[in-house]
Amino acid sequence: MPDTFLDSTELVLNMGPQHPSTHGVLRVILKLDGEKILGTDCVIGYLHRGVEKIAENRTYAQFNPYVDRMDYVAAISNGLGYCLAVEKLLNVEAPPRAQAVRVILTELNRIASHLLWLGTHALDIGAITPVFYCFREREEALKIFEQYCGARLTTHAFRIGGLQYETYDGFERDVKEFCAMFPPKVDEYEELLTNNRIWTGRLKGVGILNGDDCKEYGVTGPVLRAAGVKWDLRKAQPYSGYEKYDFEIPTRENGDTYDRYIVRMQEMRQSVRIMEQAVEAIPAGPILGKVGKVIKPPVGEAYVSIEAPKGELGYYVVSDGSTQPYRVRVRPPSYINLQALDKMVRGALIADIVAVIGTLDIVLGEVDR
Amino acid sequence: MADEQKPGGSEAPSPPVGEGAQPPAKPAADAAKPVPPKPAAPPKPPATMAATPWDSDLAHAVKERFGDQVLATSTYLGQDFVLTRPEAAVPVLEYLKLEADFDYLVDITAVDWPKRAERFDLVYIVYSFPHNSRVRIKTQIADGFEPATATGVHLTANWLEREVFDMFGIRFAGHPDLRRILMPEDWQGYPLRKDYGILQQDVRWVVENLGIESGQ
Repeated sequence: MPDTFLDSTELVLNMGPQHPSTHGVLRVILKLDGEKILGTDCVIGYLHRGVEKIAENRTYAQFNPYVDRMDYVAAISNGLGYCLAVEKLLNVEAPPRAQAVRVILTELNRIASHLLWLGTHALDIGAITPVFYCFREREEALKIFEQYCGARLTTHAFRIGGLQYETYDGFERDVKEFCAMFPPKVDEYEELLTNNRIWTGRLKGVGILNGDDCKEYGVTGPVLRAAGVKWDLRKAQPYSGYEKYDFEIPTRENGDTYDRYIVRMQEMRQSVRIMEQAVEAIPAGPILGKVGKVIKPPVGEAYVSIEAPKGELGYYVVSDGSTQPYRVRVRPPSYINLQALDKMVRGALIADIVAVIGTLDIVLGEVDR
Repeated sequence: MADEQKPGGSEAPSPPVGEGAQPPAKPAADAAKPVPPKPAAPPKPPATMAATPWDSDLAHAVKERFGDQVLATSTYLGQDFVLTRPEAAVPVLEYLKLEADFDYLVDITAVDWPKRAERFDLVYIVYSFPHNSRVRIKTQIADGFEPATATGVHLTANWLEREVFDMFGIRFAGHPDLRRILMPEDWQGYPLRKDYGILQQDVRWVVENLGIESGQ
């Protein structure tokens, strides 16, 4: 075989763990033929803190703040899932007022999470402006969290049985203002991106995952819906009174990166719709259900899952009848969605893996727990 | 499950305040708490899960198909689960996927009960998109038993089983790539086992890789 400088061989390239577009400490080992990806191997665990182990050594209430530190851009969703799981074991339900406020805050958090995704995803693709716009609006959402509970990210907003705090004076007004302010901003983002030739060129047809593959890999959330599967836990198995609100499940057909972008943009609009309905009718009444000071569920187990911004977030909690959970298993959407990365990028170019990691919307705190 | 561990508590949390960590069983006659609609009405024996038999077409079909491989079909808090012998877990998964449309494997996890002969509960959670329902498949395995992998049935089982192996040391026979996933590859010990202390770590690994005496 003649040996010239034009000969090429396969190359193994290490992407991450310190890489701006892996959104945290994700290391992807790429096998390349030129610019073409032949295969990948994800190395994860850099942020592993043993959350599930910690749970076994804390009381039910003490563990509550820890869940915020998994998907830290959607801490409120994490807290809601955990509280619902323990409430299921206790067989109590949050009172109507708490449920309405939970829905508002969770949807606001979904918007904040999607905005962070959109800004950084666009930045990865090369669009600088959207990140500033997105953070500007995200700030408004975080201000509401801060007013409500004093924290912006790791909020610990809910308590087992209801809410941690009563809403502040002007909560309704702030939420309504946000709902009025936000949809035109989404138009603004869409004006920048949706028909932008570079944007569509980089995203359309990239990282395709069809509906059957999604089910096979257990992929949920916007990725599943972009592949044409109309499935959202808020509709399929409503919790916290979601059945009372009128909203759509946005879906698309192609399952590519562009469709996932469109689905998330529409989801933000739907979240505003839910919040508008919820804030109009926050019932009066207590914010905490009948939960004892010492939380001690009967022996048993329950699996409860919610539609987090990233997909199905589930908690499998086992109680041995004591004040500490015997086992808490978190079913993290980011971890399971990330597994499909290899399928999505095989045969694509290096630049595409950046788009695909962005569109999977993973948070490494949740992948590694 | 839960057939051991701290005989501790009575029933649910009682509304009245007070009581320390584990009072030695008090009369289970709290009337004030909201009574669970699903589980049996009389005061439950505190030490086991008050599951009731799961009676449905699917439960009967599974029992008929697998005979004595299926030990029980139960429901607790409205959540259905099938208890099978270890060898039958993956065939049941496959049956549910192919013939009952349970096409989405939600999760695989384990629970450690060190005092029990079959030390681990292995739990599979499946969901059916067409029927919008969820079922758990549970099986009890001894330490060292190698359950069959479910990767042939659901691709998503790959990382889930790797995590169970990583955390509990349960090896899945036939898994295509059974390596640690969250912990470092050469770490010794399985952190989510109950005999692994909360502060315990692989000191050798910490010294060799981080160059410090302790990670604490």
